[in-house]
Amino acid sequence: MRYSGWQVLAQGITGNRGWRPAWRGPAPKPAYDIVIIGGGGHGLSTAYYLAKEHGLSNIAVLEKGYLGGGNVGRNTTIVRANYFLEGNSQFYSHSLKLWEGLEADLNYNVMHSQRGLINLFHSDGQRDAFVRRGNMMINQGDDAILLDREGCRELLPYLDYEQTRFPIYGGLLHPRGGTARHDAVAWGYARGADRRGVDLIQNCEVTGIDIEGGRVTGVQTSRGAIRAKKVAIVVAGRSSQVAAMAGMRLPIESHVLQAFVTEGLKPVIDHVISYGMGHFYISQSDKGGLVFGGDLDFYASYAARGNLPMVEHVAEAGMTLMPMIGKARMLRSWGGIMDMSPDGSPIIDKTDTEGLYLNCGWCYGGFKAVPASGHTFAHLIATDRPHDAASRFRLDRFATGRGLMDEEGTGSQHNLH
Amino acid sequence: MLIPCPVCGPRDIREFTYKGHASYLDRPAEDAAPEAWNEHLHLRDNPAGPTRDLWYHGGGCTAWLVVERNTATHVIAGARLTREVRDAG
Repeated sequence: MRYSGWQVLAQGITGNRGWRPAWRGPAPKPAYDIVIIGGGGHGLSTAYYLAKEHGLSNIAVLEKGYLGGGNVGRNTTIVRANYFLEGNSQFYSHSLKLWEGLEADLNYNVMHSQRGLINLFHSDGQRDAFVRRGNMMINQGDDAILLDREGCRELLPYLDYEQTRFPIYGGLLHPRGGTARHDAVAWGYARGADRRGVDLIQNCEVTGIDIEGGRVTGVQTSRGAIRAKKVAIVVAGRSSQVAAMAGMRLPIESHVLQAFVTEGLKPVIDHVISYGMGHFYISQSDKGGLVFGGDLDFYASYAARGNLPMVEHVAEAGMTLMPMIGKARMLRSWGGIMDMSPDGSPIIDKTDTEGLYLNCGWCYGGFKAVPASGHTFAHLIATDRPHDAASRFRLDRFATGRGLMDEEGTGSQHNLH
Repeated sequence: MLIPCPVCGPRDIREFTYKGHASYLDRPAEDAAPEAWNEHLHLRDNPAGPTRDLWYHGGGCTAWLVVERNTATHVIAGARLTREVRDAG
């Protein structure tokens, strides 16, 4: 069923009895050309682009829980292309362009809202760094506008401009940055892949990867063995466990990152704002809740929940920046499992096993990457050649030291990003 | 989380800084092959369950500790001084 305004009207006057499930729930077949392990945003977009761009449809996406039940359904929904380093810059630029055509492409409302993203700075040094980043963004073909203090005051009158410890010097405005409805992104890609013949198989946990003579032949799952010519691992925080089934050790540590939502409020925050002197970023969802987050808890964790010190830190940073949010009540918090790579940049690459592909290391920035990650990963799986926009996301860069992309300049070492 | 520091007793996690897996103690020789250094610096078992990792008690006695911990539940089973763990081999 194609979604449209006409369809909403027609269904509305006939009692909404004609809507159909957005995707099928097929049983796994004994064999596929391609099996994608992981039904999150990246896995679903990979399946979608394999079908759409490469004309392949004998594909299964295996999800151990339900589609979009992991990080793609619980994040701060920020979409941006403000990266600095060659490699990252072109990739996120590619992703933002895909975002901009996504709703028409998927025939699905993902509520992509280019409301503008403002990174605040609080010292001369930070301003210089943001000027440099802004120039890189413009060179990449994206947009960046430097705001001074008064420019910020005009757009963000509710910030605390009086505090002297971390005075607001200005901000870098990225007008094409914004947010999207995270669940809808997963659902839209799922529906698009399903319509092109991809089998989306939920409650199907992969328990083993079959390899014969250095070549992948299939997977073992909680719903039986499935043969496959190619297998793709796209499982975010669980990458180490799934890769271990193929005898691999990855340069990944899984950490917990918390995010928070308040009760619904009337519209008050029009942009996405990040604080430069404490790890804090905030936007307001279309439902009215303030959605915000901060830093990792900074210890390895799979608990999917964090601890109070980071809750306190994030709340303090928020209060320092915009005291008006102090009366909003926090409704929910959630701790996601982040696949942290040593240099803070992702991995989209082949493995030493023929026919086995790896997509991981998104750290805490995977949501904005969902379209380009799937698009470039699909290209790699279908053609066995890396896509130009993702050619630097090599697995071997840590072993060779060549092509490290340490966006924060803190060193290519675990626990520094 | 409370970490049972062998010197100070149970202390709040705020007093500690996390380093990473206890495999950091097994430092390769300076002239070891690059593969050994890649293994040491980058590759991880990254267990979902029991693990041993290094924490620095900067807000207390300033000792380095090996903490036995479960990454899936955040339950902490115990902590020992890094020096004692190393001496015990």
